[in-house]
Amino acid sequence: MVATTRAARPWWKRVGLGRLAMYVVLVLIVLLFVFFADFEKIQRNFFDWETIERMFPDVITIAAKNTVIATVLTFAIGLVLALLLALMKRSTIGPYRWFASGYIELFRGLPALITLILVAFGLPIAFGWDIPGGRLGQGVIGLSLVAAAYMAETIRAGIEAVPRGQMEAARSLGMSRANAMAFIILPQAFRIIIPPLTNEFVLLIKDTSLFFVIGTTPASRELTKFARDFMTDARNATPLTVVAVLYLLITLPLTAMVRRLERSASRGKR
Amino acid sequence: MSANPIQVRDLHKYFGELEVLRGIDFEVAAGEVVCVIGPSGSGKSTLLRCVNRLEEPTSGTILIEGEDITDPEANIDQLRAKIGMVFQQFNLFPHLNVLRNLTIAQRKVLGRSDDEANQVAAAMLERVGLSDKIDEFPARLSGGQQQRVAIARALCMNPDMMLFDEPTSALDPELIGEVLDVMRTLADEGMTMMVVTHEMGFAHNVADRVVFMDGGVIVEDGPPDQVLGNPQHERTRKFLRAVAQAEE
Ligand SMILES: Nc1ncnc2c1ncn2[C@@H]1O[C@H](COP(=O)(O)OP(=O)(O)OP(=O)(O)O)[C@@H](O)[C@H]1O
Ligand SMILES: [Mg+2]
Repeated sequence: MVATTRAARPWWKRVGLGRLAMYVVLVLIVLLFVFFADFEKIQRNFFDWETIERMFPDVITIAAKNTVIATVLTFAIGLVLALLLALMKRSTIGPYRWFASGYIELFRGLPALITLILVAFGLPIAFGWDIPGGRLGQGVIGLSLVAAAYMAETIRAGIEAVPRGQMEAARSLGMSRANAMAFIILPQAFRIIIPPLTNEFVLLIKDTSLFFVIGTTPASRELTKFARDFMTDARNATPLTVVAVLYLLITLPLTAMVRRLERSASRGKR
Repeated sequence: MSANPIQVRDLHKYFGELEVLRGIDFEVAAGEVVCVIGPSGSGKSTLLRCVNRLEEPTSGTILIEGEDITDPEANIDQLRAKIGMVFQQFNLFPHLNVLRNLTIAQRKVLGRSDDEANQVAAAMLERVGLSDKIDEFPARLSGGQQQRVAIARALCMNPDMMLFDEPTSALDPELIGEVLDVMRTLADEGMTMMVVTHEMGFAHNVADRVVFMDGGVIVEDGPPDQVLGNPQHERTRKFLRAVAQAEE
Protein backbone atom coordinates (compact mmCIF):
# COMPACT_ATOMS: atom_id res chain seq x y z
CA MET A 1 0.00 0.00 0.00
CA VAL A 2 2.82 2.34 0.91
CA ALA A 3 4.47 1.61 -2.40
CA THR A 4 1.46 2.59 -4.52
CA THR A 5 0.73 5.92 -2.80
CA ARG A 6 4.36 6.84 -2.67
CA ALA A 7 4.90 7.95 -6.24
CA ALA A 8 1.68 9.92 -6.27
CA ARG A 9 2.55 12.07 -3.26
CA PRO A 10 4.28 15.44 -3.78
CA TRP A 11 7.99 15.59 -2.97
CA TRP A 12 7.68 17.63 0.24
CA LYS A 13 5.38 15.02 1.68
CA ARG A 14 7.67 12.23 0.60
CA VAL A 15 10.67 13.76 2.30
CA GLY A 16 8.61 14.42 5.41
CA LEU A 17 8.10 17.78 7.11
CA GLY A 18 10.42 16.99 10.02
CA ARG A 19 13.32 16.10 7.78
CA LEU A 20 12.62 19.12 5.59
CA ALA A 21 12.81 21.39 8.63
CA MET A 22 16.14 19.89 9.61
CA TYR A 23 17.57 20.52 6.15
CA VAL A 24 16.38 24.15 6.27
CA VAL A 25 18.07 24.67 9.65
CA LEU A 26 21.26 23.13 8.35
CA VAL A 27 21.35 25.41 5.33
CA LEU A 28 20.70 28.45 7.54
CA ILE A 29 23.56 27.55 9.87
CA VAL A 30 25.96 27.09 6.99
CA LEU A 31 24.88 30.44 5.47
CA LEU A 32 25.24 32.25 8.79
CA PHE A 33 28.70 30.80 9.23
CA VAL A 34 29.78 31.75 5.74
CA PHE A 35 28.48 35.32 6.05
CA PHE A 36 29.59 36.18 9.52
CA ALA A 37 32.70 34.13 10.21
CA ASP A 38 35.95 36.00 9.99
CA PHE A 39 37.93 33.58 7.86
CA GLU A 40 41.11 35.47 8.17
CA LYS A 41 40.88 35.39 11.94
CA ILE A 42 40.07 31.71 11.94
CA GLN A 43 43.01 31.02 9.74
CA ARG A 44 45.34 33.08 11.90
CA ASN A 45 44.18 31.38 15.07
CA PHE A 46 43.79 27.78 14.02
CA PHE A 47 45.83 27.31 10.87
CA ASP A 48 48.77 29.61 11.30
CA TRP A 49 51.41 28.24 8.96
CA GLU A 50 54.34 29.73 10.78
CA THR A 51 53.31 28.14 14.07
CA ILE A 52 52.83 24.80 12.37
CA GLU A 53 56.32 24.98 10.93
CA ARG A 54 57.82 25.79 14.31
CA MET A 55 56.07 22.82 15.94
CA PHE A 56 57.83 20.33 13.72
CA PRO A 57 59.73 18.15 14.24
CA ASP A 58 59.34 18.24 18.05
CA VAL A 59 55.63 17.55 17.97
CA ILE A 60 56.47 14.20 16.35
CA THR A 61 59.84 13.31 17.82
CA ILE A 62 58.91 14.27 21.37
CA ALA A 63 55.18 14.67 21.86
CA ALA A 64 53.65 12.05 19.56
CA LYS A 65 56.41 9.63 20.46
CA ASN A 66 55.74 10.08 24.19
CA THR A 67 52.00 9.68 23.70
CA VAL A 68 52.46 6.43 21.79
CA ILE A 69 55.07 5.04 24.18
CA ALA A 70 53.00 5.96 27.22
CA THR A 71 49.87 4.41 25.72
CA VAL A 72 51.58 1.16 24.72
CA LEU A 73 53.27 0.79 28.12
CA THR A 74 50.08 1.64 30.01
CA PHE A 75 48.12 -0.84 27.94
CA ALA A 76 50.69 -3.62 28.40
CA ILE A 77 51.06 -3.16 32.16
CA GLY A 78 47.31 -2.64 32.56
CA LEU A 79 46.58 -5.82 30.61
CA VAL A 80 48.85 -7.97 32.78
CA LEU A 81 47.34 -6.51 35.96
CA ALA A 82 43.84 -6.93 34.52
CA LEU A 83 44.45 -10.59 33.72
CA LEU A 84 45.63 -11.18 37.28
CA LEU A 85 42.58 -9.38 38.67
CA ALA A 86 40.18 -11.26 36.40
CA LEU A 87 41.65 -14.60 37.48
CA MET A 88 41.57 -13.54 41.14
CA LYS A 89 37.95 -12.52 40.77
CA ARG A 90 37.14 -16.04 39.56
CA SER A 91 39.28 -17.72 42.21
CA THR A 92 37.82 -20.20 44.66
CA ILE A 93 39.81 -18.47 47.41
CA GLY A 94 37.65 -15.81 49.03
CA PRO A 95 40.29 -13.19 49.94
CA TYR A 96 41.56 -13.13 46.34
CA ARG A 97 38.03 -12.49 45.11
CA TRP A 98 37.45 -9.76 47.67
CA PHE A 99 40.71 -8.05 46.88
CA ALA A 100 39.97 -8.07 43.14
CA SER A 101 36.42 -6.76 43.64
CA GLY A 102 37.66 -4.04 45.99
CA TYR A 103 40.39 -3.01 43.60
CA ILE A 104 38.07 -2.86 40.61
CA GLU A 105 35.41 -0.85 42.46
CA LEU A 106 38.00 1.54 43.90
CA PHE A 107 39.82 2.42 40.69
CA ARG A 108 36.70 2.58 38.58
CA GLY A 109 35.10 4.82 41.17
CA LEU A 110 37.94 7.34 41.48
CA PRO A 111 38.59 9.99 38.84
CA ALA A 112 41.72 9.01 36.93
CA LEU A 113 43.17 12.43 37.82
CA ILE A 114 43.09 11.56 41.52
CA THR A 115 44.89 8.28 40.91
CA LEU A 116 47.55 10.01 38.85
CA ILE A 117 48.16 12.62 41.55
CA LEU A 118 48.24 9.91 44.22
CA VAL A 119 50.85 7.91 42.34
CA ALA A 120 53.01 10.89 41.45
CA PHE A 121 52.86 12.77 44.76
CA GLY A 122 51.17 10.55 47.33
CA LEU A 123 53.37 7.47 46.99
CA PRO A 124 56.71 9.30 47.35
CA ILE A 125 55.45 11.04 50.46
CA ALA A 126 53.98 7.89 51.97
CA PHE A 127 56.80 5.47 51.17
CA GLY A 128 59.74 7.71 50.50
CA TRP A 129 60.49 6.35 47.03
CA ASP A 130 59.74 7.48 43.51
CA ILE A 131 58.39 5.37 40.71
CA PRO A 132 61.15 5.07 38.11
CA GLY A 133 60.88 6.68 34.70
CA GLY A 134 60.26 10.19 35.95
CA ARG A 135 56.94 11.93 35.35
CA LEU A 136 56.20 9.80 32.32
CA GLY A 137 56.81 6.63 34.33
CA GLN A 138 54.53 7.84 37.11
CA GLY A 139 51.84 8.71 34.61
CA VAL A 140 52.12 5.28 33.03
CA ILE A 141 51.86 3.47 36.36
CA GLY A 142 48.98 5.63 37.57
CA LEU A 143 47.00 5.17 34.39
CA SER A 144 47.70 1.41 34.22
CA LEU A 145 46.23 1.02 37.68
CA VAL A 146 43.03 2.60 36.39
CA ALA A 147 43.04 0.79 33.04
CA ALA A 148 43.55 -2.56 34.80
CA ALA A 149 40.30 -2.12 36.70
CA TYR A 150 38.32 -1.60 33.48
CA MET A 151 40.09 -4.27 31.46
CA ALA A 152 39.73 -6.82 34.27
CA GLU A 153 35.97 -6.68 33.85
CA THR A 154 36.34 -7.03 30.08
CA ILE A 155 38.58 -10.08 30.46
CA ARG A 156 36.22 -11.62 32.99
CA ALA A 157 33.32 -11.17 30.59
CA GLY A 158 35.41 -12.81 27.87
CA ILE A 159 36.22 -15.79 30.08
CA GLU A 160 32.55 -16.17 30.94
CA ALA A 161 31.59 -16.03 27.27
CA VAL A 162 33.56 -19.23 26.57
CA PRO A 163 31.11 -22.16 26.78
CA ARG A 164 31.32 -24.23 29.97
CA GLY A 165 31.87 -27.37 27.92
CA GLN A 166 35.35 -26.16 26.98
CA MET A 167 36.59 -26.25 30.57
CA GLU A 168 34.84 -29.58 31.11
CA ALA A 169 36.39 -31.13 28.00
CA ALA A 170 39.86 -29.94 29.04
CA ARG A 171 39.44 -31.21 32.59
CA SER A 172 38.05 -34.55 31.40
CA LEU A 173 41.30 -35.03 29.47
CA GLY A 174 43.16 -34.64 32.75
CA MET A 175 44.32 -31.06 32.27
CA SER A 176 44.72 -29.03 35.46
CA ARG A 177 42.58 -25.94 35.99
CA ALA A 178 45.57 -23.71 35.34
CA ASN A 179 46.52 -25.49 32.11
CA ALA A 180 42.95 -25.50 30.87
CA MET A 181 42.69 -21.78 31.62
CA ALA A 182 45.98 -20.94 29.92
CA PHE A 183 45.69 -23.08 26.78
CA ILE A 184 41.96 -23.56 26.23
CA ILE A 185 39.89 -20.81 27.87
CA LEU A 186 42.04 -17.67 27.68
CA PRO A 187 42.95 -17.96 23.97
CA GLN A 188 39.25 -18.14 23.16
CA ALA A 189 38.36 -15.39 25.64
CA PHE A 190 40.92 -13.00 24.15
CA ARG A 191 39.64 -13.62 20.67
CA ILE A 192 36.19 -12.57 21.86
CA ILE A 193 37.40 -9.39 23.57
CA ILE A 194 39.79 -8.01 20.95
CA PRO A 195 37.26 -5.31 19.91
CA PRO A 196 36.59 -3.98 23.45
CA LEU A 197 40.30 -4.15 24.26
CA THR A 198 41.10 -2.10 21.17
CA ASN A 199 38.48 0.40 22.30
CA GLU A 200 40.21 0.55 25.66
CA PHE A 201 43.48 1.26 23.85
CA VAL A 202 41.89 4.19 22.01
CA LEU A 203 40.56 5.55 25.31
CA LEU A 204 44.05 5.26 26.79
CA ILE A 205 45.57 7.27 23.95
CA LYS A 206 43.31 10.12 24.94
CA ASP A 207 43.74 9.55 28.68
CA THR A 208 47.48 10.10 28.46
CA SER A 209 46.53 13.78 28.03
CA LEU A 210 45.76 13.73 31.76
CA PHE A 211 49.48 13.48 32.47
CA PHE A 212 49.62 17.29 32.46
CA VAL A 213 48.35 17.35 36.07
CA ILE A 214 51.53 15.80 37.41
CA GLY A 215 53.72 18.24 35.53
CA THR A 216 56.30 17.36 32.93
CA THR A 217 59.80 18.13 31.84
CA PRO A 218 60.32 19.38 28.26
CA ALA A 219 61.45 15.92 27.20
CA SER A 220 58.51 14.06 28.74
CA ARG A 221 55.67 16.10 27.25
CA GLU A 222 52.96 14.18 25.44
CA LEU A 223 50.76 15.71 22.72
CA THR A 224 48.28 17.66 24.84
CA LYS A 225 50.83 19.20 27.17
CA PHE A 226 53.02 20.01 24.20
CA ALA A 227 50.15 21.82 22.51
CA ARG A 228 49.29 23.82 25.64
CA ASP A 229 52.89 24.92 26.09
CA PHE A 230 53.12 25.86 22.47
CA MET A 231 49.88 27.83 22.60
CA THR A 232 51.13 30.11 25.35
CA ASP A 233 54.21 30.63 23.28
CA ALA A 234 52.57 31.19 19.89
CA ARG A 235 49.55 33.10 21.24
CA ASN A 236 47.17 31.27 18.94
CA ALA A 237 45.27 27.97 18.88
CA THR A 238 47.05 26.38 15.93
CA PRO A 239 48.92 23.85 18.12
CA LEU A 240 45.53 22.44 19.13
CA THR A 241 44.63 21.88 15.50
CA VAL A 242 47.89 20.13 14.85
CA VAL A 243 47.68 17.72 17.78
CA ALA A 244 43.98 17.11 17.11
CA VAL A 245 44.92 15.93 13.64
CA LEU A 246 47.69 13.79 15.09
CA TYR A 247 45.34 12.20 17.66
CA LEU A 248 42.89 11.41 14.90
CA LEU A 249 45.63 9.95 12.73
CA ILE A 250 46.31 7.46 15.53
CA THR A 251 42.77 6.77 16.72
CA LEU A 252 40.75 6.65 13.50
CA PRO A 253 42.54 3.63 11.99
CA LEU A 254 42.11 1.83 15.29
CA THR A 255 38.40 2.55 15.59
CA ALA A 256 37.97 1.51 11.96
CA MET A 257 39.71 -1.74 12.85
CA VAL A 258 37.37 -2.29 15.80
CA ARG A 259 34.37 -1.82 13.53
CA ARG A 260 35.76 -4.36 11.07
CA LEU A 261 36.51 -6.84 13.85
CA GLU A 262 33.04 -6.45 15.32
CA ARG A 263 31.42 -6.93 11.95
CA SER A 264 33.42 -10.07 11.20
CA ALA A 265 32.69 -11.37 14.71
CA SER A 266 28.94 -10.94 14.28
CA ARG A 267 29.19 -12.56 10.84
CA GLY A 268 31.05 -15.49 12.38
CA LYS A 269 28.26 -16.07 14.88
CA ARG A 270 25.54 -16.38 12.29
CA MET B 1 41.23 -60.87 42.49
CA SER B 2 40.46 -58.39 39.79
CA ALA B 3 37.83 -55.92 40.97
CA ASN B 4 35.63 -54.16 38.48
CA PRO B 5 37.19 -50.94 37.13
CA ILE B 6 34.07 -48.84 37.83
CA GLN B 7 32.33 -49.31 41.17
CA VAL B 8 29.68 -46.91 42.40
CA ARG B 9 28.31 -47.34 45.91
CA ASP B 10 25.32 -45.61 47.47
CA LEU B 11 25.87 -42.49 45.39
CA HIS B 12 23.76 -39.46 46.26
CA LYS B 13 23.86 -36.12 44.50
CA TYR B 14 21.98 -32.97 45.39
CA PHE B 15 21.73 -29.77 43.39
CA GLY B 16 20.70 -27.47 46.20
CA GLU B 17 17.47 -28.95 47.55
CA LEU B 18 16.97 -31.21 44.55
CA GLU B 19 18.11 -34.81 45.05
CA VAL B 20 19.07 -35.90 41.54
CA LEU B 21 20.78 -39.21 42.39
CA ARG B 22 19.10 -41.12 45.19
CA GLY B 23 21.38 -43.99 46.07
CA ILE B 24 23.03 -45.51 43.02
CA ASP B 25 24.85 -48.84 43.27
CA PHE B 26 26.40 -50.35 40.21
CA GLU B 27 29.56 -51.66 38.62
CA VAL B 28 31.04 -52.01 35.19
CA ALA B 29 33.36 -54.93 34.48
CA ALA B 30 36.50 -54.65 32.39
CA GLY B 31 35.63 -54.75 28.69
CA GLU B 32 31.93 -54.43 29.43
CA VAL B 33 29.66 -52.07 27.50
CA VAL B 34 26.84 -50.63 29.60
CA CYS B 35 24.13 -48.49 28.07
CA VAL B 36 22.23 -46.16 30.38
CA ILE B 37 18.73 -45.22 29.27
CA GLY B 38 15.91 -43.31 30.90
CA PRO B 39 13.67 -40.28 30.57
CA SER B 40 14.96 -36.73 30.50
CA GLY B 41 15.95 -35.45 33.92
CA SER B 42 16.33 -38.93 35.42
CA GLY B 43 19.97 -38.24 36.33
CA LYS B 44 21.85 -40.13 33.59
CA SER B 45 24.25 -37.31 32.76
CA THR B 46 24.77 -36.51 36.42
CA LEU B 47 25.73 -40.12 37.14
CA LEU B 48 28.16 -40.18 34.23
CA ARG B 49 29.69 -36.85 35.24
CA CYS B 50 30.13 -38.03 38.82
CA VAL B 51 32.20 -40.97 37.55
CA ASN B 52 34.96 -38.58 36.43
CA ARG B 53 34.06 -36.00 39.05
CA LEU B 54 32.91 -33.27 36.69
CA GLU B 55 30.18 -33.22 39.33
CA GLU B 56 31.05 -33.51 43.00
CA PRO B 57 29.08 -36.39 44.59
CA THR B 58 27.23 -35.37 47.73
CA SER B 59 27.81 -38.76 49.37
CA GLY B 60 28.83 -42.29 48.49
CA THR B 61 31.98 -43.73 46.99
CA ILE B 62 33.18 -44.16 43.44
CA LEU B 63 36.11 -46.49 42.87
CA ILE B 64 38.00 -46.26 39.58
CA GLU B 65 40.35 -49.20 39.29
CA GLY B 66 40.20 -49.50 43.05
CA GLU B 67 40.99 -45.83 43.76
CA ASP B 68 38.39 -43.71 45.52
CA ILE B 69 38.00 -40.62 43.36
CA THR B 70 35.86 -38.87 45.98
CA ASP B 71 38.91 -38.84 48.24
CA PRO B 72 40.19 -35.25 48.34
CA GLU B 73 43.74 -36.66 48.33
CA ALA B 74 43.22 -38.47 45.03
CA ASN B 75 45.12 -37.11 42.03
CA ILE B 76 42.03 -36.32 40.03
CA ASP B 77 43.92 -35.19 36.93
CA GLN B 78 45.77 -38.50 36.63
CA LEU B 79 42.54 -40.39 37.21
CA ARG B 80 40.64 -38.37 34.62
CA ALA B 81 43.31 -39.05 32.02
CA LYS B 82 42.40 -42.75 32.35
CA ILE B 83 38.70 -42.01 31.76
CA GLY B 84 37.83 -40.80 28.27
CA MET B 85 34.71 -38.65 28.02
CA VAL B 86 32.66 -37.81 24.95
CA PHE B 87 30.05 -35.06 25.16
CA GLN B 88 26.77 -34.48 23.37
CA GLN B 89 28.05 -31.14 22.03
CA PHE B 90 31.49 -32.59 21.02
CA ASN B 91 33.30 -29.74 22.85
CA LEU B 92 36.26 -29.67 20.49
CA PHE B 93 38.60 -26.73 21.07
CA PRO B 94 37.58 -24.34 18.27
CA HIS B 95 40.82 -22.32 18.32
CA LEU B 96 43.00 -25.38 17.67
CA ASN B 97 43.15 -27.50 14.54
CA VAL B 98 42.39 -31.21 14.70
CA LEU B 99 46.00 -32.21 15.31
CA ARG B 100 46.44 -29.75 18.17
CA ASN B 101 43.07 -30.79 19.63
CA LEU B 102 44.50 -34.29 19.83
CA THR B 103 47.95 -33.44 21.12
CA ILE B 104 47.50 -30.69 23.70
CA ALA B 105 46.48 -32.91 26.60
CA GLN B 106 49.02 -35.58 25.64
CA ARG B 107 51.75 -32.99 26.01
CA LYS B 108 50.41 -31.17 29.07
CA VAL B 109 49.14 -34.17 31.04
CA LEU B 110 51.20 -37.16 29.92
CA GLY B 111 54.32 -35.13 29.16
CA ARG B 112 54.71 -36.71 25.74
CA SER B 113 57.12 -35.14 23.26
CA ASP B 114 55.73 -33.38 20.18
CA ASP B 115 56.83 -36.26 17.98
CA GLU B 116 55.24 -38.92 20.11
CA ALA B 117 52.03 -36.93 20.56
CA ASN B 118 51.78 -36.34 16.80
CA GLN B 119 52.27 -40.04 16.08
CA VAL B 120 49.59 -41.08 18.56
CA ALA B 121 47.24 -38.43 17.16
CA ALA B 122 47.74 -39.64 13.59
CA ALA B 123 47.12 -43.23 14.65
CA MET B 124 43.89 -42.36 16.50
CA LEU B 125 42.62 -40.21 13.65
CA GLU B 126 43.12 -43.18 11.37
CA ARG B 127 41.12 -45.31 13.78
CA VAL B 128 38.13 -43.00 13.39
CA GLY B 129 38.70 -42.68 9.64
CA LEU B 130 39.60 -38.98 9.53
CA SER B 131 43.30 -38.95 8.64
CA ASP B 132 42.67 -36.44 5.87
CA LYS B 133 41.23 -33.86 8.31
CA ILE B 134 44.33 -33.53 10.47
CA ASP B 135 44.92 -29.85 9.59
CA GLU B 136 41.29 -28.71 9.56
CA PHE B 137 39.70 -26.56 12.22
CA PRO B 138 36.66 -28.03 14.00
CA ALA B 139 34.24 -25.47 12.53
CA ARG B 140 34.94 -26.88 9.05
CA LEU B 141 33.90 -30.42 9.98
CA SER B 142 30.42 -31.94 9.96
CA GLY B 143 28.87 -32.84 13.31
CA GLY B 144 29.61 -36.50 12.77
CA GLN B 145 33.23 -35.78 11.92
CA GLN B 146 33.56 -33.52 14.96
CA GLN B 147 32.26 -36.24 17.24
CA ARG B 148 34.67 -38.78 15.73
CA VAL B 149 37.53 -36.33 16.33
CA ALA B 150 36.31 -35.94 19.92
CA ILE B 151 36.44 -39.72 20.33
CA ALA B 152 39.94 -39.79 18.85
CA ARG B 153 40.98 -37.00 21.22
CA ALA B 154 39.86 -39.06 24.20
CA LEU B 155 41.58 -42.18 22.83
CA CYS B 156 44.89 -40.33 22.54
CA MET B 157 45.18 -40.46 26.32
CA ASN B 158 45.10 -44.27 26.22
CA PRO B 159 42.11 -44.39 28.54
CA ASP B 160 41.13 -47.60 30.29
CA MET B 161 37.46 -46.72 29.95
CA MET B 162 35.21 -44.38 28.00
CA LEU B 163 32.12 -42.43 29.04
CA PHE B 164 29.68 -41.24 26.36
CA ASP B 165 26.91 -38.76 27.19
CA GLU B 166 24.37 -38.92 24.36
CA PRO B 167 27.11 -38.80 21.72
CA THR B 168 24.66 -38.80 18.79
CA SER B 169 21.83 -36.64 20.13
CA ALA B 170 23.12 -33.42 18.55
CA LEU B 171 23.63 -35.03 15.14
CA ASP B 172 21.55 -34.97 11.99
CA PRO B 173 20.05 -38.45 11.48
CA GLU B 174 22.24 -39.27 8.49
CA LEU B 175 25.42 -38.64 10.53
CA ILE B 176 24.52 -40.84 13.50
CA GLY B 177 25.62 -44.06 11.83
CA GLU B 178 29.27 -43.10 11.35
CA VAL B 179 29.66 -42.26 15.05
CA LEU B 180 27.90 -45.41 16.21
CA ASP B 181 30.16 -47.45 13.91
CA VAL B 182 33.25 -46.03 15.59
CA MET B 183 31.77 -46.80 19.01
CA ARG B 184 30.85 -50.32 17.95
CA THR B 185 34.43 -50.95 16.80
CA LEU B 186 35.72 -49.67 20.14
CA ALA B 187 33.37 -52.01 21.95
CA ASP B 188 34.51 -54.95 19.81
CA GLU B 189 38.11 -54.14 20.65
CA GLY B 190 37.27 -54.63 24.31
CA MET B 191 37.01 -51.04 25.60
CA THR B 192 35.15 -50.61 28.87
CA MET B 193 32.28 -48.27 28.04
CA MET B 194 29.41 -46.47 29.74
CA VAL B 195 27.05 -44.98 27.18
CA VAL B 196 24.08 -42.75 27.90
CA THR B 197 21.98 -43.00 24.76
CA HIS B 198 18.54 -42.91 23.19
CA GLU B 199 19.69 -45.21 20.37
CA MET B 200 17.82 -48.38 21.30
CA GLY B 201 19.24 -50.26 18.32
CA PHE B 202 22.78 -49.60 19.52
CA ALA B 203 21.85 -50.56 23.08
CA HIS B 204 20.30 -53.77 21.84
CA ASN B 205 23.10 -54.86 19.54
CA VAL B 206 26.24 -53.60 21.23
CA ALA B 207 25.58 -53.36 24.97
CA ASP B 208 26.39 -56.21 27.33
CA ARG B 209 24.08 -54.65 29.86
CA VAL B 210 21.36 -52.02 29.82
CA VAL B 211 20.58 -49.88 32.85
CA PHE B 212 17.25 -48.09 33.05
CA MET B 213 17.17 -45.03 35.31
CA ASP B 214 14.20 -43.03 36.46
CA GLY B 215 13.86 -40.38 39.14
CA GLY B 216 17.46 -40.69 40.31
CA VAL B 217 17.46 -44.45 40.91
CA ILE B 218 18.31 -47.51 38.84
CA VAL B 219 15.01 -49.19 38.14
CA GLU B 220 16.23 -52.08 36.05
CA ASP B 221 19.66 -53.49 35.22
CA GLY B 222 20.29 -56.53 33.04
CA PRO B 223 21.13 -57.92 29.62
CA PRO B 224 19.61 -55.99 26.70
CA ASP B 225 17.27 -58.80 25.73
CA GLN B 226 15.76 -58.71 29.17
CA VAL B 227 15.60 -54.97 29.88
CA LEU B 228 14.57 -53.96 26.37
CA GLY B 229 12.76 -57.12 25.30
CA ASN B 230 11.08 -58.27 28.47
CA PRO B 231 11.17 -55.46 31.06
CA GLN B 232 10.07 -56.38 34.56
CA HIS B 233 8.93 -52.94 35.67
CA GLU B 234 5.98 -50.90 34.51
CA ARG B 235 8.10 -47.70 34.42
CA THR B 236 10.53 -49.36 32.00
CA ARG B 237 7.72 -50.59 29.77
CA LYS B 238 6.16 -47.13 29.72
CA PHE B 239 9.46 -45.50 28.77
CA LEU B 240 10.14 -48.01 26.00
CA ARG B 241 6.64 -47.53 24.59
CA ALA B 242 7.18 -43.75 24.55
CA VAL B 243 10.53 -44.15 22.77
CA ALA B 244 9.03 -46.52 20.20
CA GLN B 245 6.21 -44.07 19.54
CA ALA B 246 8.60 -41.15 19.15
CA GLU B 247 10.61 -43.08 16.59
CA GLU B 248 7.63 -43.72 14.33
N1 LIG C 1 24.28 -28.02 37.40
C1 LIG C 1 23.00 -28.25 37.77
N2 LIG C 1 22.40 -27.45 38.66
C2 LIG C 1 21.13 -27.67 39.06
N3 LIG C 1 20.37 -28.69 38.61
C3 LIG C 1 20.92 -29.53 37.72
C4 LIG C 1 22.25 -29.35 37.24
N4 LIG C 1 22.53 -30.33 36.38
C5 LIG C 1 21.42 -31.09 36.29
N5 LIG C 1 20.44 -30.62 37.09
C6 LIG C 1 19.12 -31.21 37.28
O1 LIG C 1 19.29 -32.55 37.67
C7 LIG C 1 18.33 -33.38 37.06
C8 LIG C 1 18.99 -34.50 36.31
O2 LIG C 1 19.73 -33.97 35.24
P1 LIG C 1 20.56 -34.86 34.23
O3 LIG C 1 21.19 -33.94 33.29
O4 LIG C 1 21.44 -35.78 34.99
O5 LIG C 1 19.40 -35.70 33.53
P2 LIG C 1 19.51 -36.61 32.26
O6 LIG C 1 18.94 -37.93 32.65
O7 LIG C 1 20.87 -36.61 31.71
O8 LIG C 1 18.49 -35.92 31.26
P3 LIG C 1 18.61 -35.68 29.68
O9 LIG C 1 18.13 -36.92 29.03
O10 LIG C 1 17.68 -34.52 29.45
O11 LIG C 1 20.03 -35.35 29.37
C9 LIG C 1 17.48 -32.48 36.19
O12 LIG C 1 16.30 -32.17 36.89
C10 LIG C 1 18.33 -31.25 36.01
O13 LIG C 1 17.50 -30.11 35.88
MG1 LIG D 1 21.78 -35.80 29.96
